[in-house]
Amino acid sequence: MKTASLSRWLLLGEWRAHWVQVMVALIAITIGVAMAFSIHLINTAAFNEFSAASKSLSGQSDLQVHGRKGFFDESLYPLLANTEGVALANPVLELDIAVPDKLQNRNDHKLKIIGIDMFRAARISPDLLGLPAEGKTLDRLASDTIFLSPAAMEWLQVEQDDLLQLHAGLETITLRVAGGLVRARMGQRIAVMDIGAAQWRFQQLGLLSRVELKLQDGINHAAFKAKLAEELGESYWVAELADQETRVANMSRAYRVNLNMLALVALFTGSFLVFSTQALSVIRRRQQFALLRVLGFTRQQLLRQMITEGAILGVIGSVLGLSLGYAIAVLAIQFLGGDLGSSFFPGIKPSIYFDPLTAWIFFLIGLMVTMSGSIMPALEAARAKPALALRSGSEDAAMSKLSPPWFALICLSLALLFTQLPPIFELPVFGYLAIALLLIGGIALMPRFAAWVFSVLLAKWRHARIGAVSTLALARLANAPNQAAIALGGILASFSLMVAMAIMVTSFRVSVNDWLGHVLPADLYVRAASLGDQGGFQSDAQKAIAELPGFDRVDFFRTQQLILDASRPEITLIARPIDQADPSNTIPMTDDMMAPAALPEDLAPIWVSEAMVDLYGYSVGKKVSLPIGATSNEFLVAGVWRDYGRQFGAVQMQLADYQKLTGDLSVNTVALWLQAGMILDEAIENLRRLPFGGALEISKSGDIRALSLEIFDRSFAVTYLLELVAVVIGLLGVAASFSAQTLARAKEFGMLRHIGVMRRQIFAILAAEGGLLTALGLVLGFVLGWGISLILVFIVNPQSFHWTMQLHLPWGWLAIIAVIMLVSAVLTALLAGRRAVSGNVIRAVREDW
Amino acid sequence: MNSKDTVASSNRLELCNITKAYAEGRKVLTNLSYTLNAGEYVAIMGESGVGKSTLLNLIAGLDTPDSGEIRINGIAISSLDDDAATRLRREQFGFIFQAFHVLPHLTLSQNVALPLLLNGVATDRVEQMLEQVGLQGRGHHFPRQLSGGELQRVAIARALIHRPKLVLADEPTGNLDPDTAHEILQLIRAEIKANDATAILVTHSHAAAATADRVLNLTKDGLHPVSAQ
Repeated sequence: MKTASLSRWLLLGEWRAHWVQVMVALIAITIGVAMAFSIHLINTAAFNEFSAASKSLSGQSDLQVHGRKGFFDESLYPLLANTEGVALANPVLELDIAVPDKLQNRNDHKLKIIGIDMFRAARISPDLLGLPAEGKTLDRLASDTIFLSPAAMEWLQVEQDDLLQLHAGLETITLRVAGGLVRARMGQRIAVMDIGAAQWRFQQLGLLSRVELKLQDGINHAAFKAKLAEELGESYWVAELADQETRVANMSRAYRVNLNMLALVALFTGSFLVFSTQALSVIRRRQQFALLRVLGFTRQQLLRQMITEGAILGVIGSVLGLSLGYAIAVLAIQFLGGDLGSSFFPGIKPSIYFDPLTAWIFFLIGLMVTMSGSIMPALEAARAKPALALRSGSEDAAMSKLSPPWFALICLSLALLFTQLPPIFELPVFGYLAIALLLIGGIALMPRFAAWVFSVLLAKWRHARIGAVSTLALARLANAPNQAAIALGGILASFSLMVAMAIMVTSFRVSVNDWLGHVLPADLYVRAASLGDQGGFQSDAQKAIAELPGFDRVDFFRTQQLILDASRPEITLIARPIDQADPSNTIPMTDDMMAPAALPEDLAPIWVSEAMVDLYGYSVGKKVSLPIGATSNEFLVAGVWRDYGRQFGAVQMQLADYQKLTGDLSVNTVALWLQAGMILDEAIENLRRLPFGGALEISKSGDIRALSLEIFDRSFAVTYLLELVAVVIGLLGVAASFSAQTLARAKEFGMLRHIGVMRRQIFAILAAEGGLLTALGLVLGFVLGWGISLILVFIVNPQSFHWTMQLHLPWGWLAIIAVIMLVSAVLTALLAGRRAVSGNVIRAVREDW
Repeated sequence: MNSKDTVASSNRLELCNITKAYAEGRKVLTNLSYTLNAGEYVAIMGESGVGKSTLLNLIAGLDTPDSGEIRINGIAISSLDDDAATRLRREQFGFIFQAFHVLPHLTLSQNVALPLLLNGVATDRVEQMLEQVGLQGRGHHFPRQLSGGELQRVAIARALIHRPKLVLADEPTGNLDPDTAHEILQLIRAEIKANDATAILVTHSHAAAATADRVLNLTKDGLHPVSAQ
């Protein structure tokens, strides 16, 4: 009990005396935990809602049969319905239809329309049934009616009995809103029609998207699925609900993991702050601890005391962090949506769910991070020999034990090794570990490096008569490098991470910008709302456009979604005219491609995106089979291209090859090059005057480019925010450690004032120390950040999103941030110095304790 | 005002009716007057709390008297602004503290050279000074490698390296064993005399005081000479 009292006195005494440092450490932990927890909550809520919304469309079916090309002939339906073991088969036609009024938002202008057989759906997915007005039950079967979920009604701003216009290919279709749905998830924008009406009105006669199967009781699902898949062949895939969940998870996993990692960066930077606060606190109280040891405090008691201090900080910070994180998540969902400004979870309205288990895990992470910051200083304090510790001047030697060089070298070596390892579960786990180890190793090596740099400077300038101020500042930095490095840890951690993120984002943005220039060479792009399996432009429409005056060149594109692996999202097939003599004239190729002369004549070439190489093992020269045409056909991989638009894979092929194999002459997009002298708006006007002009989505390439970059910037907005948080935490760390160290040097300043050092000279010493230290921190932070950016650009990004990019350094931006940090650090040092110098000079030299 | 204008080479220290009270109102010095001639080495003794260290701080210009004046060569220290007082200390004063106050991150040479650097003069004398205090060849050592007696030798070297006219020593042997203390006191005296400096030694130790030319006892009534034992 008495020991507990002593422990409490020591703790409260320390906190009372240095409450600013304690508050800064607490704020760092709180912000770190809050950011990590809120990002996790938002991601989980969005993912769960997206997954639940996808599942809700499947109802209570046991299995689903899909076509690999998206749509398939409805003749399969009766075969499935009559298959032994099937209790009920439910045919579904699912279409994403463009809404004319929403075309200005390229990423969110489609309404999901589900065509169902009302009688069968009543047994397998009753939630999707329409709710007609009283006495109008037949509206469920009418060809001109549509039922909308509440979110869809709100989005479209229509009510029951209003008319709704939709685009199908080049036609505009008018439907009557006949009512709502039995049940839909909050925010879920869907519409339901009779399947026959949907096939007819949207020109999909005889086509289905899937058939949902309810199996008879007692049937083994796995065995049935395997047998059915074998019978149906490779043009179809059979999926369970679990497959669908995996697909949804795969779609956004890399994005979610990356965001979580970024959020943990804030916590990671916070842990350095806790470490520096605790380390400085231990050093400051080194003689006090030695006295306690002399008086009878055991090593264990001392260790317990220090760890308890860290743990209390961790508990308070983590609890506050959880509360703040929850509040941030709720607000972010409300103002930014579930995808935080990116487009991974469109059209959903998730709500934050407080899961006690998750909260407990994040609480433990916060606590462990704080404790890990306390444990090394605590061990040093407990191991110190009281007789030595009682003497002043041994502080820096004590701190050197906190960062032994072998530890730094092991971290750096492991980091190097981890950069060579492949991803785990398609995630760059070793890449992230390499970043963490590089950062820890770099920071641990700092004291030695700082000592070397400043010793060299001191020796070099010794003969140059640099004066007392410079000598004092340099001598301290050279001979007390461990204390200097403590202050540097925060700067180094935050600046290097910021440099790394800035280089990565800039490299990505510049690469995307160059890529957009390559993939958008035409002046105008015209799209027609898709017609399910068919491109929106049939031959007559293509002819009409090609014959318009004012265009130099007209290219037609046919895009289609293909499913190659049931557990992965669809890949995109792009069929277009490609300059076969030099494909890089048409496609943004990497260096990995076959010489055009080496292409065989009997095998159609395809050019695949980098994701195809990573996800499906495609390689140049390999023969692969794709479900293009009536059956699967073999193709030759002729090259790899860079695609920043589709992270799940894309394949390009000659339009002529596609048309030959499929007989499908329709296209989705037309690229138009203006003749010299032709005015862009006039060309648009000509297109609008076509009979189907009103249904065209016409985009100027400049607009698409601007919009793409806007989306890019928006999706990185959260990244910038998290980066800013890390920097603020880093600067807080600088403030806390400078202030603690300056106060601890009151005796030194007192003595200097006695022997004739002026107040302003002490400020100059502090400014010089702060400036030199920060400058070194910035230089090293840049080198470390550059190293981390290489990992991000060449390992994390390709392994997460399956695209590579070229390195670009934002020199101007980095210089501005460096100057801001330098000025902030010098000002912080001066502010801290004001407190130390304003103290009583006489008292400073009198006291021994 | 430049201290060089205010202090000539002769160093007469005059204390004129000095009164000083602590913040809580307790008077420690009342109408204290005394004149110290150039080259004199005096020891000031007295009970704890009588104001010995306060007197040193007032002389050093680190504190100001409530009334009265301290004049060095006829110039009142209290008339100097902070910068001028600092320059005066830098150029003319040497300090020796009980707790040594040697900067742990500077080598012995750097510690000793500090006053020279501050005065902007050549640091050639450092090795010679270290040799004088018995630390030859150890200039590259750091304070943590030294004993208490050796640290005080460094402090003495630092206090005298710039040939100050007035040396103020506050319990310089308070932390040392008798043998080392004796050695240090002899060293202080020898160095002060060699430099022809005026010096004030504040101490509780009779043995220490005995090394001075004169011993004064500070009481509530002022400074009184103590007869030789």
